[in-house]
Amino acid sequence: MTLYAVTFYVLAAIVVLSTLLAIIQRQVIHAVVYLIVSFFATGLLFYLLGAPFLAALEVIIYAGAIMVLFLFIVMTVRAESGEDKGEIYQWLPAVILGIISLFVGGVLIFEIPGSKTGLSTGMATPSAFGQFLFKNYWFPVEIASFLLLIGLVGALYLGRRESRKGSEDRR
Amino acid sequence: MLLEWILGFVFLIVKLTIVLIILLTVAAYLVWVERKLLGRIQARYGPNRAGEFGLLQPLADLVKLITKEDTVPQEANKGIFLLAPGVVGLMALLIFAVVPFGSGVTLWGRSIPLVITDLNVGLLFILALSSISVYGIALGGWASNSKYSLLGGIRGAAQMISYEVPMGLSLVPVVMLARSFSLVEITNAQSARPFIFVQPVSFILFLIAALAEIKRIPFDLPEAENELGAGYHTEYSGMRFGLFFLGEYITMIILGSLIAVFFLGGWHGPLLPPIIWFLLKVGIIVFTLIWFRATFPRIRYDQLMNTGWKVLIPIALLNIVVTGALVLGTS
Repeated sequence: MTLYAVTFYVLAAIVVLSTLLAIIQRQVIHAVVYLIVSFFATGLLFYLLGAPFLAALEVIIYAGAIMVLFLFIVMTVRAESGEDKGEIYQWLPAVILGIISLFVGGVLIFEIPGSKTGLSTGMATPSAFGQFLFKNYWFPVEIASFLLLIGLVGALYLGRRESRKGSEDRR
Repeated sequence: MLLEWILGFVFLIVKLTIVLIILLTVAAYLVWVERKLLGRIQARYGPNRAGEFGLLQPLADLVKLITKEDTVPQEANKGIFLLAPGVVGLMALLIFAVVPFGSGVTLWGRSIPLVITDLNVGLLFILALSSISVYGIALGGWASNSKYSLLGGIRGAAQMISYEVPMGLSLVPVVMLARSFSLVEITNAQSARPFIFVQPVSFILFLIAALAEIKRIPFDLPEAENELGAGYHTEYSGMRFGLFFLGEYITMIILGSLIAVFFLGGWHGPLLPPIIWFLLKVGIIVFTLIWFRATFPRIRYDQLMNTGWKVLIPIALLNIVVTGALVLGTS
């Protein structure tokens, strides 16, 4: 095994383990911390696979920005760790979806030709990445940004109405 | 081949050790410099008991911090409480890895670049690590299980994620002009003239946003003494408090280095050797930060949020559009 392979398996193990812990932890704040570790390790995995730009974005956006909002909510609501195991209609769909994705993942790994040979290590510079993305996939990028804009406007609208009501209550 | 590899590894370790020792020493003495300067500005002496001019004060502080009992509040969330200061200290140290502090030297026929690692996404690496260090503050404040700490942690998280946005946006024009995220290439792009003359708006935006990001006066709301005790690190003692403190002073040095690299031309300068120019520029910025602390009052929380979202971000976006148009027009 090369040094690359060893690093890859260590990082992959960290990702899988911390994600698992994030799901099964009873205390919400611990789950958030494990999820942050998982995103951080995913970022390192991207770096190892030759995509430093994606690695940086993964850490900035997922580990840095989105999880802070999770943490923010958990910090302010004082969530008690509940003891109930949940209803069957809650966990049954999750189990079915989990089995399906496990099956698809297994098929992808073992049945598709070419999945057994390792890819050669590469390195994509940020400018090469940008050129490729905006030459070949400019339309999906535009759609995604439009979607985000709609979300932003919606959030603004909801926030506005809420705060106006709040200020009336105070008076 | 193997010998070459081992030699390179040894060089790297030696370089890391030297940089780390210098960084930690400078951070420790920065505390002394700050106390001395604040004293001067407020017409008093500052530390003057330990050694000549109080020069042994950092050593005395270190002995105190290490020998002090490391207390954990009874109701605290122990694991996270113990971990949080480490996150702050570690992220501050790691950011310095991409800062170029000289043009490079040749030792025994081997050229050594004076930067730990020249990442081609160096600028994003800095933003990523500074967004991770938010957790040290938020989790430290939460895990202490004290009202002051929690309020400090929440304020810290809100302030830091709000000002990350204008900080990132203010650097976009710099990247446009240098055409690279690498800090070495950004420095080299300024060999003719520093970006402060081309991008004064970016410079001011970055200075304000980064000042808020490192939570110094006038933006030190997460640890506002008169309302929150000591904010998110109220419950910490001993070396764990020391780590928060160390992180704060290292980020001061880093902010100085980043402004030097992004806007003042890094180690470029006439006559003097490159590394002296770099230290000089960092020194000027750090002095200015201490000066700010001595002169500015703390701003209010709603003013802080309004400035970030309603003033800095629109100006930064406008600046990007104008710079983009000019870059396209001239090329």
